[in-house]
Parts: sequence; C-alpha cells; structure tokens
Amino acid sequence: MIDVSHITKIYKMEGVETVALDDVSFSIKKGEFVAIMGPSGSGKSTLMHILGALDSPTSGTYILDGEDVSKLTKDQLAEIRNKKIGFVFQAFNLLPRTTAIKNVMLPMVYAGIPNDERLKRARELLTDVGLSDRMEHTSSQLSGGQMQRVAIARALSMNPSIILADEPTGNISTLQAEEIMKIFQSLQKQGHTIVLITHEPSIAAFSQRTIHIRDGKIDKVEHNGKKH
Amino acid sequence: MDFSELLSSSFEALLLNKVRTALAGLGIVIGIGAVIALISLGQASQAAVQNQIQGLGANLITITPGSQQGTGGVQGGFGSATSLTYDDALAIQNANFSSISQVSPEVSRRVQITAGKNNTNTQVYGVTPAYLQVHNITMDSGTFITNAQVNGNQEVAVVGPTVVSDLFGDGVDPTGQTIRINKIPFTIIGVTVSKGGSGFGNQDDIVFIPLTTAQKTVFGMTNISDISLSASSANGITQAENDAGYLLLRRHKISDPTQADFSMFSQADIISTISSVTGTFTSLLAGIAAISLLVGGIGIMNIMLVTVIERTREIGLRKALGAKDSTVVQQFLIEAIILTFGGGLTGMVLGIILSLIISSFISLPFTISFYAIALAIGVSGGIGIIFGWYPAKKAADLSPIEALRYE
Repeated sequence: MIDVSHITKIYKMEGVETVALDDVSFSIKKGEFVAIMGPSGSGKSTLMHILGALDSPTSGTYILDGEDVSKLTKDQLAEIRNKKIGFVFQAFNLLPRTTAIKNVMLPMVYAGIPNDERLKRARELLTDVGLSDRMEHTSSQLSGGQMQRVAIARALSMNPSIILADEPTGNISTLQAEEIMKIFQSLQKQGHTIVLITHEPSIAAFSQRTIHIRDGKIDKVEHNGKKH
Repeated sequence: MDFSELLSSSFEALLLNKVRTALAGLGIVIGIGAVIALISLGQASQAAVQNQIQGLGANLITITPGSQQGTGGVQGGFGSATSLTYDDALAIQNANFSSISQVSPEVSRRVQITAGKNNTNTQVYGVTPAYLQVHNITMDSGTFITNAQVNGNQEVAVVGPTVVSDLFGDGVDPTGQTIRINKIPFTIIGVTVSKGGSGFGNQDDIVFIPLTTAQKTVFGMTNISDISLSASSANGITQAENDAGYLLLRRHKISDPTQADFSMFSQADIISTISSVTGTFTSLLAGIAAISLLVGGIGIMNIMLVTVIERTREIGLRKALGAKDSTVVQQFLIEAIILTFGGGLTGMVLGIILSLIISSFISLPFTISFYAIALAIGVSGGIGIIFGWYPAKKAADLSPIEALRYE
C-alpha cells in the first residue's frame, strides 16, 4: 500500500543545508494503523508532508497504491491529495463561517462529484461520526471534538487509500481525544489505512505499530501489544 | 470544480465582508458612472448643437462673395466684396441642378426702422420666396414675400416677432400697418414664428422685404450679400457645392478654383467642425474619468491582495484537499471580476441617472448609447481580469504546507 524507500529530504535555507529526512525506508500494509512518533524537529512533519503528497522528497521513492508519487507534477499531486489521501489536522482546518456539511463536501466539489451525490454522502459520513444533528452548524458553533469529527468525515468523503492524521488530538480535551481515537480505531476495523503522527505515547498506543523518528532517521519500530 | 460552484463560493466569500466588498467596488462604481455620464452628456450636447444648426435650414450651403485665398495683396473683410449678383443666383436656379432644390439670393444690412414713435435697429433682409424653404421659416400670420412682389419691386415687409414686440408691443397683430425702413414706408404682410436663439444671427429680430426693393430702393446696391442653397439631400451636399461652384467660376471667368472670388460653406461643415470640438471635449472628459477607473482597479487589486493574505490558511487547506493551482486562480479571479462587474453595473445605473438629472437641468436631450453600456460592461470585466490576475496568481503560488502552517 505505502512503500517508502531511501527517502531523503534536504532543505536549503540561505546556503545552509538542513537534512530533515535521511534515508528513511518503511512500508505500511493496507488496513494497518501506524503511528509515527518523534520529538519536535525529528523530521516527522516533513515525513507527513511527503506521505500527504504536499511535498516531494529530494531523493528516494514513495509508492502509494502502486503509483510513484515522488515523480508527479503539481496538478497530479493535487489529484492524489484529493482522491487518495484524507487529511486530519491538529488545528482542524475547517473553512470558517461554513457549515459542517459544506466542509465535508469540499473535497467532493474539487473531484467534480454531482451535488445530490455529495449531499447524500456528506450526510451519511456526518451521521457516522455522530453529528447528524450538527450538519448545518458552522465551526464556531462546534466544540473542538466536534470540529475534529467533521474533519474526519471530510477526510473520509473521497474514500481515500490512507487517512493521514497530524496530531489530531493536540487541540482538544483528553476526554474528547479518546473519542476521536476510538473513531480512528473503528475506521481501521472497517478496513481503512491510518497513519497517525503524534508526539504523545498515550495516543500512539492506539495504533498497531509505532515508527519512532529521531534526527531524520528511523530510530526503532515498536509493535503495540494491544489487540484491536 | 464546476463553474456554478466557483461562482457561488466566490459570492459567499465576498458576502462575508460586505462593507469591504462595497468599498472595494466603489472605485469602479464612480469610474464607470463618471465615464457613462460624461459620454452621454457629451453626445447629448452634440445632438443639441446639431439640432440647432439644422434648424437654420436643412442641407444649407451658403455662398458669400470674396476671395478664398488671395495670392498677395490684402484680403477684403468678410462680405465686403461685391462679386455676387442676383444674376448669379438666377443662373444657378436656371441650370436646374438635380443636386440643388432651392436657391435663395439675399442682401442684408442693419438699418433703423420706425413705426409711429417707436424705432428699432434691426437686420433687414432682401429675399425671394425661396428664403422661406431654405431657412425653415414658418409664418405665424399673413404671407411671405411672393415672386410677384419681388418682380414688382413692391414695398411690403414680413417681420419677426421681436420686431413686432419692439415696435407694436406684445401680442399685437401688425399686419396691414406701416413701418418705415430708411424712411421709406413698407406695409406689413406677415409675421414669422419665433425660432428662439439670440445674439448674432437672431432669427426673430429680423425684417424681410423683396430682394429687388432692397437693392434698388433701400440699399442702393447691385450686388447681393450671399446666396443660400438648399441641397436636395444630405448626401448630395458636396455635389451641390461642386455644381454651383463650377457654374459661378465659369460665369466669373476664373479657371483656377483656388482663385475663386467667392467662398462656400455648408451646414455640414459647421456641424462637423462643432461635432469635432464637442467630440474632443467629450473624449477629454471621459479620459479624465477613465483615470478614476484605473485608480478603482488598483483599489480592487489592493483589496484582493489583502484577501489572499488573510485567507492563506484557507487557500492551503483547499490545496491540501485537492484544489489545483488553476482552480485557485479561477476562484480569486472570479471574485475580482464579480467585484468589478458589480461595480460596473452599479456605476452604469448611476451614470444614467446622473446624466438624466443633469440633462433635465440644462435642458439637453437625454441620450444613452449602446456604445457607452458596452464600454462599461467590457471595461469593468476587463479591469477585474487585469487587476485580479496578480493576487490570484499569488494565491495559487502559495505552498500548501506554508499556507497551512500560517497563523
């Protein structure tokens, strides 16, 4: 499903080269729930950007669903982000002053899915995350946990190959964080592939496998004993 | 992303900040409004001037004596030459040119006229019946000069309304009364309808007498002051000028047209001169107004740039969710075009209302041209594209990573 081999990312800032990722290789199978953990500055955000097709590696290959993403044009990357990747961000990143249902429909708008189909699917997804009574609420009328559930529904709208969650519980209360993590677990049971980026061990513990990153390299890989 | 989605999302974005949207569009509203108002007022005044000149006589050509361009020597004052005669006019008439419908020989002088104790100084015209048609004169009461009166050298006069009020008082019918022109008694046979106008060439402060009477009895001259011709059609004016001009050159035995001892000018010449003057003024004013359009456009660009910076996160998110660069460009470009187009339409309505008010104040005919409307729509849309392009490109060039991180 995901095959990352010998990925290196070097940033050049005012002549100074910074190696953010140094020869990183791993693979993630379909239906797996993997956490990528590391302290800040470890390169995990860079890795997430590459996995999310927001950025291209300096060298190495990233194969997603059998397609080499590292060689694509900007427009093709946009299409990959639209169809194969579902993002869940730490800051939720919902469109302000826009209703929950419109937020969920946004990726489908870019994919050119007809309006009635968009509405039907967005309603189903919001019902699945337990927000059937909040569909017409704007983000300012929702709690952090509710906003993140809207974001999860949005990530699922195009039925992506992977769900990429970047510190999804970073901005919400512990209680709500647990609910969100349970949603991810149930999504994994439904067959979704989930990549979770976090620096909290308690959150990483919800996954099956944790890849530890340090100084741009894979430090160790941990198989979590918990069975799901 | 289909067009209707883009359109509705652009409208939503603009409606989020109504005051800013309105202020941003105001520059275009004022610019387009000023351009439309000035163009339509310019066209209205041009039409008004043309109507006034046309009122002096349709397809009028005037032949005056005097050299056109003297080669050496001193050129005589306007109308001082004595090279035109009644016979010249009769020759043109008898040639029966199809291009010329009426020939009106005229002599005129300013003289003192009296009626009882009242007197006035006015323009006395010696004319033939053709004057009536050539100069669009309408009779209020009585009759105009007839051929019989011209041939019979009779002492009859047709007076203008100003002369009537000066000599007899308002509302009096002077027909049958006597006036003295240079002490010679004339019987009034008719009064003309007021044409309005004032000052030089006032068509109301005027006395008409038979041409022959004027020449022999009153002024004591053999030449005439001018010949007015009525061309058969507006398109035939040049032909009529050529026909009459070459005939006169032959009669005066002049082979080189540049040495002619008379000059000709037509109503069309005056209209085109005045039209070009008013046209120049109109374009000058519209040009100044267009500068405010440019300023308005820059205002739109400014607001769009601020909007792009404010919405950096949103743009990053949209790109992360699959918006292509071209989609982002389209969205911001459409927002800018809606702004300028809306401003343009509002400005157009404003400009029309403004020119309607002004033209009713200074009693001009109200005209609104399709050209001005097309200009407003085209220019305002164009401004949206030109000034929206840079901010839209800037939005599309944002990296989704940087944009998402932006606080």
